[in-house]
Amino acid sequence: MGKLLDEPLIFERGSRGRAGWPIPQAMDPASVEPLPAELRREDDLSGLPEVSELEVLRHYLRLSQWNYSAATAMYPLGSCTMKYNPVVNEAVVRLPGFARLHPLVPDVLAQGTLELLAALETALKAVSGLDHIALQPAAGAQGELLGMLLVRAYHIDHGNARKRVLIPASAHGTNPASSALCGYTVTEVPMNARGLLEAEAVANLMTDDVAALMVTNPSTLGLFEEEIEKVAAAVHAKGGLVYMDGANMNALMGVARPGDMGVDVMQFNLHKTFSTPHGGGGPGAGPVAVRQSLAEYLPVPRLMRFGDRLAWEEEAPKSVGRLHGFYGNVGILVRAYAYIARLGGPGLEEATRLALLNANYLRARLRGTYHLPFETPSMHECVFSDRNFQDHHVTTLDIAKRLLDYGFYAPTIYFPLVVKGALMIEPTETESRETLDEFVEALLRIAEEARTDPDKVCNAPHETRWTRLDETRAARRPVLRWRPKPADRQEN
Amino acid sequence: MQFPADLRYTKEHEWLRLQGGEAVVGITDFAQDALGDVVFVELPAVGTVLTQGQTFGVVESNKTVSDLFAPVSGKVLAVNQALRDEPEAVNQDPYGAGWMVKIAPASASDAGGLLDAAAYQAFVAAEKAK
Amino acid sequence: MSGYSPHTPADIAAMLAAIGIRSLDDLVAHVPANLRAKATVDLPAGLTEPELRARLSALAERNLAPDLGVVFLGAGAYPHHTPTLVDQILLRSEFATAYTPYQPEVSQGTLQAVFEFQTFVALLTGLEVANASMYDGASATAEAVLMARRLLPDRGTVWLSRALHPHYRAVVATYVRGLPGITLRELPFGADGRSDLSALRAGLGSDALCVVLGYPNVFGVLDDVAGAAALAHDAGALAITATTEPLAFALARSPGASGVDIAVADGQSFGLPLGYGGPSVGLFAVQERHVRAMPGRVVGETADTNGRRGYVLTLATREQHIRRERATSNICTNQGLCTLAVTTYLSLLGRHGLRQLAEVNYAAAHATATRLQAAGVERLMTGPFFNEFVVRVPDAVARWEQLVQEERLVAGFPLGRWYPELPDALLLCVTETHGPAEIDRLVGALASPARSARAARG
Repeated sequence: MGKLLDEPLIFERGSRGRAGWPIPQAMDPASVEPLPAELRREDDLSGLPEVSELEVLRHYLRLSQWNYSAATAMYPLGSCTMKYNPVVNEAVVRLPGFARLHPLVPDVLAQGTLELLAALETALKAVSGLDHIALQPAAGAQGELLGMLLVRAYHIDHGNARKRVLIPASAHGTNPASSALCGYTVTEVPMNARGLLEAEAVANLMTDDVAALMVTNPSTLGLFEEEIEKVAAAVHAKGGLVYMDGANMNALMGVARPGDMGVDVMQFNLHKTFSTPHGGGGPGAGPVAVRQSLAEYLPVPRLMRFGDRLAWEEEAPKSVGRLHGFYGNVGILVRAYAYIARLGGPGLEEATRLALLNANYLRARLRGTYHLPFETPSMHECVFSDRNFQDHHVTTLDIAKRLLDYGFYAPTIYFPLVVKGALMIEPTETESRETLDEFVEALLRIAEEARTDPDKVCNAPHETRWTRLDETRAARRPVLRWRPKPADRQEN
Repeated sequence: MQFPADLRYTKEHEWLRLQGGEAVVGITDFAQDALGDVVFVELPAVGTVLTQGQTFGVVESNKTVSDLFAPVSGKVLAVNQALRDEPEAVNQDPYGAGWMVKIAPASASDAGGLLDAAAYQAFVAAEKAK
Repeated sequence: MSGYSPHTPADIAAMLAAIGIRSLDDLVAHVPANLRAKATVDLPAGLTEPELRARLSALAERNLAPDLGVVFLGAGAYPHHTPTLVDQILLRSEFATAYTPYQPEVSQGTLQAVFEFQTFVALLTGLEVANASMYDGASATAEAVLMARRLLPDRGTVWLSRALHPHYRAVVATYVRGLPGITLRELPFGADGRSDLSALRAGLGSDALCVVLGYPNVFGVLDDVAGAAALAHDAGALAITATTEPLAFALARSPGASGVDIAVADGQSFGLPLGYGGPSVGLFAVQERHVRAMPGRVVGETADTNGRRGYVLTLATREQHIRRERATSNICTNQGLCTLAVTTYLSLLGRHGLRQLAEVNYAAAHATATRLQAAGVERLMTGPFFNEFVVRVPDAVARWEQLVQEERLVAGFPLGRWYPELPDALLLCVTETHGPAEIDRLVGALASPARSARAARG
């Protein structure tokens, strides 16, 4: 076909009276007592679509064709770890034994899923070097919230609630947001000229009013925090805890374990390191790992083994409570387990090694043309800036948009905030050398265009179906839904 | 870039105009340019008592959020309601239609401590060079 | 080699040369040696794909097989038929493996689908705007309370109905635990299973922040939401509903029409598998004037430079990546693919199918309740209900366990686990998935409990 088609909103399709999935009436509705009048639906659902099954299929198929996806081409997004999402994981999660299981069936009827969850906990312990796992958090951000709730519970239990948390300026925005949700105020920790944390700087800020240091390792700049053990010691010396944001775990498997670094609590992002698909924004999962000292505060319910049976334990007096309606995003946990089982220990270690190789290959080929703010060795991602193009008035945003014309998604832009005009690139281990070479070529050509034809870059994208979209208008005059025309409502 | 001579300025890029007994406050041309398209301005309620240097609101653009700092202490007499529907006035006319609050200054000397146009312009030049 | 990384030895050699190093170890030479020494990932070797499928199949088979069990469970997750088409759309890699749509020019598929989702949620809840979803109904409820607090920062008393699903109440408690000045109060329910509004009237004071009701509540009963909302507003507080079974919206008065300020729900009923409880999706809808206090992502309409209509993430300055510690929430995602499942499902069922499905559920549950009563089983919670209801069976827990073990029949949920004051209550859910033969078995099993239980113990 070769041509992308237009497609309106599903509400703009269809025709009165059409139904896509008719439901047979099983019995005469008059045989049951209706709801009292004041509890009945006030309208007849006008505005909801009246479309056929084929119309629905075509609609969403056409929409799908407008999307870039990891299955289409590379996403070099730093800190997102957009690795291949194995299709076999989609098949196994759909096995009826998993998919059609109600969360409240007696534990004895759910032993398959419970064994899988126990095996996943074991695997995450092995990777983290920590002692206990909570699988409930439905996303990395919810994992961070849980982690900070655990920190809070620990300190209250130890008699000194503490009011502050130390967070590096380069941290992801969820870090301070999660801390604030636990009632903490945030103090920023500076980094040194190499982009790293220094134990001395942390020690200077560390008092017995600081509950925790939230750290990412490698940092959001993709740099290994070389002083991490001393940093952790400085925090522990004043009775604080070390929280690690595990977003960058893809750089650590077989290289260093958070538990060995002195980390007390961390969250994983299964939709990053462990290959579960991004789904256009979710669902993900953010399991938390903790040292023994935090175990009693873990949420309920907890998975316990009683002889050869697994069961949920609902009572735990010091628990921070429940975080999810049931047990977490089990469908995501199944996929992550399948990925880990497929790769095994050696496969996970190899994934990290090749992720580091791919990132450093890009760094070597792009530096010079693109400004590299830090000479410190990169791990699984590298950060450049748009400084070399300032004289031509070409920004990181422009470069990102122009990359779309070359068939590549943009890297992460304007994050971390500590680098002005940051361009953060993480290829992951599943991209081939040829793909990386094409990506390098594209970026080198854009750099050339910035010098010779800057307007082309500044007004990009040109070759996508949609040109630059007016985000200002969307924010100033928000239109957040479709509305039925008044005439439609009156007809009923 | 404009730096009207009849205004006073702060290092947080607010401007202040004294007219009658009132101080009219907004953000400078430099600030609106740095922010980009302003999409929303969060302002205090009329009657709020402000302390010099305290935040009194927030200005949002597409990509960033910036606190607004009170250049003088005093009570809020009026806020520019038109910015609710037309936040772009901050970009288009930062010293006129883009005004944000009117304050009754608690003390006459506060405004004296602010920068004049020349000093502010020099400050901005130094910031840009960083 | 797992097969997911494509590197050959020749690739690796060429890349090492380009970097100017000799081996992969050089890439981690700067990591402290003592850390590297302990870092082996202590897990068994990997599997081939056929081995992996065999292992996962063996695990799945240790769960209750769908065709072998008869399960009348609701209590927060609902068995419904999912049209085949929904999964076909979810399997499109263009949707499944797409990233968050921060570059809108190449994400219009995801963005338009989310805009449609937001519209569905607004239409069904009867409120003006909705966000792009939250993790699930329980966390959405907690976020609604946090939002109420942003709107009324000087108030702190949160009224939670005891008839609101206990897991939802527990998650609210977890979320507010870290915040100063919030008190949780419990609103009792009456014999009809509805929240006690006279207790609410007596209890609401000048510190009241919000009232949170289940709708339908955990007993399947429809509360007098309009009455509760009026009381809340009289006290200057906000009214919030939380819905575990949003199919009820097709038959029952919408939260918006009942005066509710924030309506949340769990979207699992709309095209998501039971999946042992997750992933699900939280629906979240508010009045337009409150939109800037609303958490989560939201998609808005706009146009490109050629005037072509398109959609973008908007109002982002409320969010964590910009406001950081002053964000409306820390949420960084929506439930992505789950919102697509809901959107596809609701498009397919549409105006007519949704209403018909709700009527079938309502009729099936009511007919079953009537038959049970006719067979001598006592019904509790006499208020109006949708597709769940409560019965009392002597020695309920023992009988329930016996039915599970001997007949693979899960006769609802024993409410005594959550409500000690209801030790012999069973919460039964009947949907379009339960056929006449299954309902016959349920009625037969519950109508003769005493005799069988004694015989079993004897």
